[in-house]
Amino acid sequence: MWKIEDTDTIAAISTAVSESGIGVIRISGPDAVEIADRVYRSPGGKKRLAEVDTHTIHYGFIVEPEGDGNPLQSGISGASGKSADVIDEVLVSVMRAPRTYTAEDVVEISCHGGVLAVTRVLDAVLKAGARAAQPGEFTKRAYLNGRIDLTEAEAVMDVIESKNRFALQNAVSQVQGTLYRKIEEVRKEMLYQSAHIEACLDDPEALSYEAYLPEFSSEVQQWTKELSALLATADSGRLIQEGIKAAIVGKPNAGKSSLMNLLLGEDRAIVTPVAGTTRDVLTETITVGGMTLVVTDTAGIRETDDLVEKIGVQRAKGAIERADLVLYLIDSSTCIDIEDREILNLIQEKKIIILQNKSDLHTLTDEQQIRRMASEAGLGDDIPVIPFSATEKTGLDELISAIRTLFFDGKLSFNDEIVITNARHKELLKRALESLRQLSKSIESQMPEDFYTIDLMSAYEALGEITGQEAGEDLVNEIFSRFCMGK
Amino acid sequence: MARVEEWTDVIVVGAGHAGCEAALSCARLGLSTVIFTVSADSIAMMPCNPHIGGSSKGHLVREIDALGGEMGKCIDHTFLQSKMLNRSKGPAVHSLRAQADKDAYSMRMRQTLQNQEHLTIRQMEVDEILTDASGKLTGVKTDSGAIWHCKAAILCTGTYLNARCICGDMVTYTGPNGLQSATHLTDSLMRHGIGMKRFKTGTPCRMDGKTIDYSKMIPQTGDVPVVPFSFETDPKDVQIDQAVVWLTHTTEETHDIIRRNLDRSPLYSGKISGVGPRYCPSIEDKVVRFAERKSHQVFVEPQGRNTNEMYIDGMSSSMPEDVQIEMYRSVPGLEHANIVRNAYAIEYDCIDARQLNRTLEFRAIPGLYAAGQMNGSSGYEEAAAQGLYAGINAALKIMGKASLLIERSEGYIGVLVDDLITKESTEPYRMMTSRAEYRLLLRQDNADLRLTEKGFQAGLISEERYQSFLKKKGQIEEETARVRHVMIGACEKVQDCLKRCGSDPLSTSASLAELIRRPELDYFCLSEIDPNRPDLPVQVQEEVNIEIKYEGYIRRQEKQVAQFEKAERTLIPDELDYAQVPSLRTEARQKLMKVRPSSIGQASRIMGVNPADLSVLLIYLKKMRGERNSEG
Repeated sequence: MWKIEDTDTIAAISTAVSESGIGVIRISGPDAVEIADRVYRSPGGKKRLAEVDTHTIHYGFIVEPEGDGNPLQSGISGASGKSADVIDEVLVSVMRAPRTYTAEDVVEISCHGGVLAVTRVLDAVLKAGARAAQPGEFTKRAYLNGRIDLTEAEAVMDVIESKNRFALQNAVSQVQGTLYRKIEEVRKEMLYQSAHIEACLDDPEALSYEAYLPEFSSEVQQWTKELSALLATADSGRLIQEGIKAAIVGKPNAGKSSLMNLLLGEDRAIVTPVAGTTRDVLTETITVGGMTLVVTDTAGIRETDDLVEKIGVQRAKGAIERADLVLYLIDSSTCIDIEDREILNLIQEKKIIILQNKSDLHTLTDEQQIRRMASEAGLGDDIPVIPFSATEKTGLDELISAIRTLFFDGKLSFNDEIVITNARHKELLKRALESLRQLSKSIESQMPEDFYTIDLMSAYEALGEITGQEAGEDLVNEIFSRFCMGK
Repeated sequence: MARVEEWTDVIVVGAGHAGCEAALSCARLGLSTVIFTVSADSIAMMPCNPHIGGSSKGHLVREIDALGGEMGKCIDHTFLQSKMLNRSKGPAVHSLRAQADKDAYSMRMRQTLQNQEHLTIRQMEVDEILTDASGKLTGVKTDSGAIWHCKAAILCTGTYLNARCICGDMVTYTGPNGLQSATHLTDSLMRHGIGMKRFKTGTPCRMDGKTIDYSKMIPQTGDVPVVPFSFETDPKDVQIDQAVVWLTHTTEETHDIIRRNLDRSPLYSGKISGVGPRYCPSIEDKVVRFAERKSHQVFVEPQGRNTNEMYIDGMSSSMPEDVQIEMYRSVPGLEHANIVRNAYAIEYDCIDARQLNRTLEFRAIPGLYAAGQMNGSSGYEEAAAQGLYAGINAALKIMGKASLLIERSEGYIGVLVDDLITKESTEPYRMMTSRAEYRLLLRQDNADLRLTEKGFQAGLISEERYQSFLKKKGQIEEETARVRHVMIGACEKVQDCLKRCGSDPLSTSASLAELIRRPELDYFCLSEIDPNRPDLPVQVQEEVNIEIKYEGYIRRQEKQVAQFEKAERTLIPDELDYAQVPSLRTEARQKLMKVRPSSIGQASRIMGVNPADLSVLLIYLKKMRGERNSEG
């Protein structure tokens, strides 16, 4: 059910992702300072934000909030603050109401560790008790608390509306997505079971649920398992948490290892002029432009009789299958041939960036030819083709910007749409799981089944908020359409 | 010819279950009240099933009683059999249901009305409503041309407006049971801009009891002891010799007969245009929609002590007479049974209740109220609840007092009224426990604890009853507190008691409350190891048991209610012009204008109004308040 949520404490990343990698997490609401204190450690370990003056800035560290019943076990080691639990080194601004953006207590945490760290800091803040803000919510509060005037407020309404429209697009674009499909599948089963239970309660002389109880109980476990698995993958967006899996492919000797070295900034892969040198698959995790890439250098793909190389080719195909992104390297000093076309067939389903390895020798293949080939292979006309030189170290910036466009939709700021949406998804999944946990407890303690549907429908509604479905009369409709009711 | 012209405070149109409660409540609050009916012999008639109560409906009857209504008392005096449904389930879904002696019920209610001070019964059809230039109600006009001036009128027309009964090819333009229908009022309402719609419902046939072979059926008996509906009825007075209900079932032959004759069913041939309820499907509906079912239950139920007519529950139909005879006789035990009255479907006019405000008053016609099936609901209990609620509120308004409002978190009546005035319904609305979000708090056992205070404030609860209610409340609170503090040691007597109850022995001492929470134990079975337990009425003990046993769940629901109330308390002024609210989506704007919700909470329950629309509305309301403050 929809609730007014103007009085709790909310948090979100309030800056767009930038090259510098600095991000600000804003917390607003009555418990802002208290929540910040739960994740903040001063270098001396003693300062409490609750005691500092308003509108002051404090250096320190963000740590994991204390877990259940493990008070201060975090082992902040003295003044250094260096510990396994430290997430980032930060500056924290404490601003108390009413002279703040929202006219509520506001704490802003500036961290400098790029997207991964910013996300983890937000996670810590949410764990410490804040709720993930909805798009436009800070501004909405600023208005509701009289901080901004009517003209500004009307702009806010536009913002809310446009965000809403985006959310809708997002939902539509995810229609094919596993998350959406999976959740709707689980919801459908939940609704059916709820309706079955309710139908039996409504007409106990005609229907009985007794015989279905064992089946129900195993279904609850199954849902818990599936949602937990979803939570693990949706955890703040796998792309952010785990990085984008990128596979470098191309014909032997197209300069793949050189690109890898360029990205890594050091000579870790073997680069030799003999075709087929890279026989194994090499994986490195790197952070560029605020994004985490898990880059895999594959062996040159070509049919071969060499046993060792054959294994390498197999692994390369596997790496492509698992990849979120394929960086396809074409050597402009050689001609496009059948092998290129075979590679294109192999990577057709993937997000692709073509890197044209500029030769210091003569150019045999230009961008136009590459585009024509891509278009012939049915890859579309908008595939980014980036000229690139491994030896001169040019083209890296263009590559980074192309990746950001592909994954984080260049039109939109990164924070609002990817991180926040996912943080909300995550919270809602957790809420659904919590309801299922309560439900399992009720089953375990042999409560009558009318207690089950209360938690089951809570889980159903939480999941519906992810997929954007209103619950409305779902249950009543399901009862009537599935079960023969009434004398 | 001289025209009759009369003055009264309140006019009630229709003397069914809604009308009776409405008229009684107004008269009891001291207002001169006239109740119009097309037949003074048919007051509080039960034209369909012979039950009062049932799942969630039993809750409604108890709430009616807690507010000072009549239904609970009337059925306690006239029931034939009584059962508490779902007794093996949680307390939230325990529901009391009685088989009624239909004639006795109707007769007793008629006497109650007749004996009520300030109340006049008048047999006459009401044709028109009268308003002044501002649109406010001023009176009604009857079929005889008489003008009745009044301060408020409550329309409880049930299924009588332009009613049409269908039995196969036979169509009669009557209300239920052959009674005269009301054919003018719809036109008058439409002239006043009221939007009407058409619903449908149905009833099975009645059969001659002496032609039924009960040896082929399973007897269903009532509960011993019987629990009364009314909180004021002494349980000793309802321990009667109960009647038996008989269970049989349809056969494949029955289903074949129906399938063979589907083309003659007015439902499937398009002769019936009204929308029927899905929860009370006709037998032909059941056979078509649940084709995989080989059999459906049929309950053969007595309708009264002074008649042998039996109600064939589960087989309502609008098939032609010959098909009905064949179909009913294919049911075991009914092979040679004779029909007394045919099954039929009935179509009638009702309103889109979204035209009403929270007190069931028309927004467009101040002083005019509607209750019962006229509002698109179904069921005697739903009707009575609305009649009482509209009656009380009409009276309070005339007396210049604050309305009696019931939130969704306070009662099933609150859920019922809010659903009717907020949600678009495409079929007659029936109460269900699953419609109540906070049903663990809205139990039938605690209806008095929830609503007596409101009934007392309104003036329908006597001082004496109120005092005994306060006493009960105090006892519950005291005993609950005591139970929380009693510690039980692991002594032999305790272990012995636990063993007998099939519960694990204690390893260390535990609180009495902890023991009560064990699934196999309760407050009652632990009395022997609780030596200081005071002697309390069983109703008090029951409340203590539930409060302790389900404490965790109850607290969780209370937390949800706190969240819910925040949105309910954010009110939307009546005069809000939605056309002036910027950035509302068109769909949301239209829906909001149709329902005109009184709070943000109510707005959030309208289908098609999404969270972003609500944010927009909240901001706009804030702005309005700001401007008004600066003006003031």
